[in-house]
Amino acid sequence: MLLLLLGILFLHIAVLVLLFVSTIVSQWLVGNGHRTDLWQNCTTSALGAVQHCYSSSVSEWLQSVQATMILSVIFSVLSLFLFFCQLFTLTKGGRFYITGVFQILAGLCVMSAAAIYTVRHSEWHVNNDYSYGFAYILAWVAFPLALLSGIIYVILRKRE
Amino acid sequence: MAPGAPSSSPSPILAALLFSSLVLSPTLAIVVYTDREVYGAVGSQVTLHCSFWSSEWVSDDISFTWRYQPEGGRDAISIFHYAKGQPYIDEVGTFKERIQWVGDPSWKDGSIVIHNLDYSDNGTFTCDVKNPPDIVGKTSQVTLYVFEKVPTRYGVVLGAVIGGILGVVLLLLLLFYLIRYCWLRRQAALQRRLSAMEKGKFHKSSKDSSKRGRQTPVLYAMLDHSRSTKAASEKKSKGLGESRKDKK
Repeated sequence: MLLLLLGILFLHIAVLVLLFVSTIVSQWLVGNGHRTDLWQNCTTSALGAVQHCYSSSVSEWLQSVQATMILSVIFSVLSLFLFFCQLFTLTKGGRFYITGVFQILAGLCVMSAAAIYTVRHSEWHVNNDYSYGFAYILAWVAFPLALLSGIIYVILRKRE
Repeated sequence: MAPGAPSSSPSPILAALLFSSLVLSPTLAIVVYTDREVYGAVGSQVTLHCSFWSSEWVSDDISFTWRYQPEGGRDAISIFHYAKGQPYIDEVGTFKERIQWVGDPSWKDGSIVIHNLDYSDNGTFTCDVKNPPDIVGKTSQVTLYVFEKVPTRYGVVLGAVIGGILGVVLLLLLLFYLIRYCWLRRQAALQRRLSAMEKGKFHKSSKDSSKRGRQTPVLYAMLDHSRSTKAASEKKSKGLGESRKDKK
């Protein structure tokens, strides 16, 4: 039972780390010398010594991606907090409904962020020498994991 | 000696602050407020808000003056004047047919509207208010930017999405708990009434209770342990099933 609890906790923290990394790290799109994320657009000069960063464009879709990523982090943190609360206050045999609902919401938020980015990023740059960076992939990985951990919370009962 | 010196140093500053706030502030009697920046689309109109705070009552001799300094230009020209209850639009500059007075001095409002914006209207507008005898004060400036399409400012969408979704989630959560609370209270009241009925039943004769048992709802049958007929057990299971569904 303790092992299961630790596993759930580990899954949750893994999701949280993934969300944080994909929100912060500047690797959503990478190209030759370019690194782009939700917040800034960085260009490394040919010599590789100087790095210029300027803040990303303020288009509405990018702002909504930023907002949904922040929301997913908020929901996931809230869910972790609520999990600890419910762990000590829940009656025996009860289910972690609120925790699970918030974790599923976090999953849905990160899904919508990644989906909006996938659809709209092409209008951001013109040339095709871009590929997705690891932060973008981590965001997509975080989505099923968050959903899974949310569903586990909803299904599991507290130990009788 | 040494520890005493630093502790005494803040007191003159405090005294100076107190002095300035008590004595000097009445001389800065009139304060004018405008937006810092205003965005407008080409061909549309924009309202330049101007209000003020004065220690005196609003007098009849109140006057508003709007001055315009083009972007990159050096000297400001007067474009609008309000005095003695009458608005005057200056006959110079590009604004003479496009300014409309929408202010109301009694509400401390000296706003104007500029119609039919053009790219050449980019510049700084200065609002100056004199409310005799209150005439000393700072003016306030608003910068107009004319765009083809007015951009949303950074953070508006971000804040709206975050605030909106958080608000909706909190509202739903609140609603859920409210409904559950009401439901539990109703359940408890029903339970109390049923137990009261059961108590009353023991006092009465068994015939009476069996007659009433036909008409009572399913929940009543669930609590009726005295009966052992097949029909009653069926009802019982149905009632239990329903209650379990409700708990979910």
